[in-house]
Amino acid sequence: MSSRITRDEAAHVARLARLRFSDDELDELAAQLSAVLDHAADVEALDVTDIEATSHPHPLVNVTRPDELRPSLDRNEVLSQAPSVDDGQFRVPPILGETP
Amino acid sequence: MTALEIAAAVRSGERSALSVVDEHLARIIESDREIGAFNLVLADEARSTATGIDQAVARGEPVGPLAGVPVALKDNLCTRGVPTTCSSRMLEGWRPPYDATVVQRLRAAGAITVGKTNLDEFAMGSSTENSAFGPTRNPHDTRRVPGGSSGGSAAAVAAGFASLALGSDTGGSIRQPAALCGVVGLKPTYGAVSRYGLVAFASSLDQIGPLASTVADAAACYEAISGHDPHDSTSIDGSRDPVVAGLGRGVDGLRVGVLAELCADSALVGGATGLDGVTAVEGVAPDVTARVDAAATALEAAGATISVVSVPSAVLGLSAYYLIAPAEASSNLARYDGVRYGLRVEAANAAEMNVATRTAGFGAEVKRRIMLGTYALSAGYYDAFYGKALRVRTLMLREFAAAYADVDVLLGPTAPTTAFELGAKTADPLVMYLNDVCTIPSNLTGHPAVSVPFGCGDDGLPVGVQLMGPALSEPMLLRAAAVLEQAALPGGGAL
Repeated sequence: MSSRITRDEAAHVARLARLRFSDDELDELAAQLSAVLDHAADVEALDVTDIEATSHPHPLVNVTRPDELRPSLDRNEVLSQAPSVDDGQFRVPPILGETP
Repeated sequence: MTALEIAAAVRSGERSALSVVDEHLARIIESDREIGAFNLVLADEARSTATGIDQAVARGEPVGPLAGVPVALKDNLCTRGVPTTCSSRMLEGWRPPYDATVVQRLRAAGAITVGKTNLDEFAMGSSTENSAFGPTRNPHDTRRVPGGSSGGSAAAVAAGFASLALGSDTGGSIRQPAALCGVVGLKPTYGAVSRYGLVAFASSLDQIGPLASTVADAAACYEAISGHDPHDSTSIDGSRDPVVAGLGRGVDGLRVGVLAELCADSALVGGATGLDGVTAVEGVAPDVTARVDAAATALEAAGATISVVSVPSAVLGLSAYYLIAPAEASSNLARYDGVRYGLRVEAANAAEMNVATRTAGFGAEVKRRIMLGTYALSAGYYDAFYGKALRVRTLMLREFAAAYADVDVLLGPTAPTTAFELGAKTADPLVMYLNDVCTIPSNLTGHPAVSVPFGCGDDGLPVGVQLMGPALSEPMLLRAAAVLEQAALPGGGAL
């Protein structure tokens, strides 16, 4: 099995992605991601120096619309789907560590 | 009855929409326990909508081109007040505060939603085995997968639970299940159909499209859902050519190119001159390639000219896709943070809540793609992987444009094999990813492609062949698909 990605690197990526894995899961992920990257060696090896990037199939730029008021989503309907609501707002656990 | 036959009968009063809906609901009750196509069946809502349509018919009011047609919606399409799960624990019980534009348009056309269909979680997969709510099974053989990720929609049409279904296609998720279930599946041009209300997977690749039992039904559904939408700034402005009206015009003089890179074992490709050294994609089965050759023969018999065309960068599609799509997914799925909707796992602080929620809410394949995408976008690897994949996309656009200077449509297989058994490809993610090898190029270029059933493989299971064309060539693709559909009928000469 390829070792393009180590357990430590997988753990770093997991932290970036806000996901938690056991060590066994990290080892398995490292191997699976390495296999996909090995398959992508054909892309990695390609000389593309004179080819620009395409991030999107249509060359659209700055789609605008008239600056007119129009109805937005109903606030109560939106908040009814939130896990926790307080005083018409989304409620989240403490961000800086202090208790409210 | 086809969708268009149902609509005609309902409009004329020959059949009531309610009787049509009841007939389909009865089939769902009888057989969906075995198939598992639906996450949710909307029996009461469907019957009530049908009654409204029947009343409108009785009053002589216009009821739309799809009046009374039962449709199934992939469960990643937002339906206001109706659970939309993406087959994920993350969104279990979520009721969207708005309808997807396609849902509104189908309703305006008179179609009746009978349910929300199962999918690979967040549309990531090729077998519908990645659903948090259990797999869907292929109606042709329930030991086998229906394909994916729109496996529930394909199975619903194949089993007669709905006349039409909507799916979404990011790397083949409409076309591959259509092929494996023996139905028609169209991935429209990127931007032809509004993505507003489609839960995002990879935004530069995702496109909504129809699955149907006939080409004409798929064309009618495409006409109903396509067109510019101010809610989707990537939707294409301007008028569309009609599709249904021209379906019977045939393919006389149409220039068809067999795409060499997708057909390693093709007798046509083997016999072509000037094509030395074509590198073909891995894993396309000979019995599938044989159906592509038969489709070429059928199109030629109908007046098309056949040649073999090489697009070398097509073989790079799979690698480029599995860098670009996970990269976009890792960004899109950052929104599932336990704050505004969906699952929350409580924890002492917001950061811990965030990690706990995502770890509990996402399944293994979704996590794998988020990890892959996060890696491909991370410092030190961006240029080597994601940046290069975007340049491959440019290369493919150039090479396909050159191919379409010489031919009108390209022909190839849709999926490398017929439907495989449940569990057969779950051990190794890369083996599963290879299912998309023939469908991915059209997502990277944004071009339309249609899969149409064309006979069976050695195992007696359906094979789909794929027609690909340049942007907004849907009328031409579906016209050619209609010719293949006729040829595949008993006595049509091609089977």
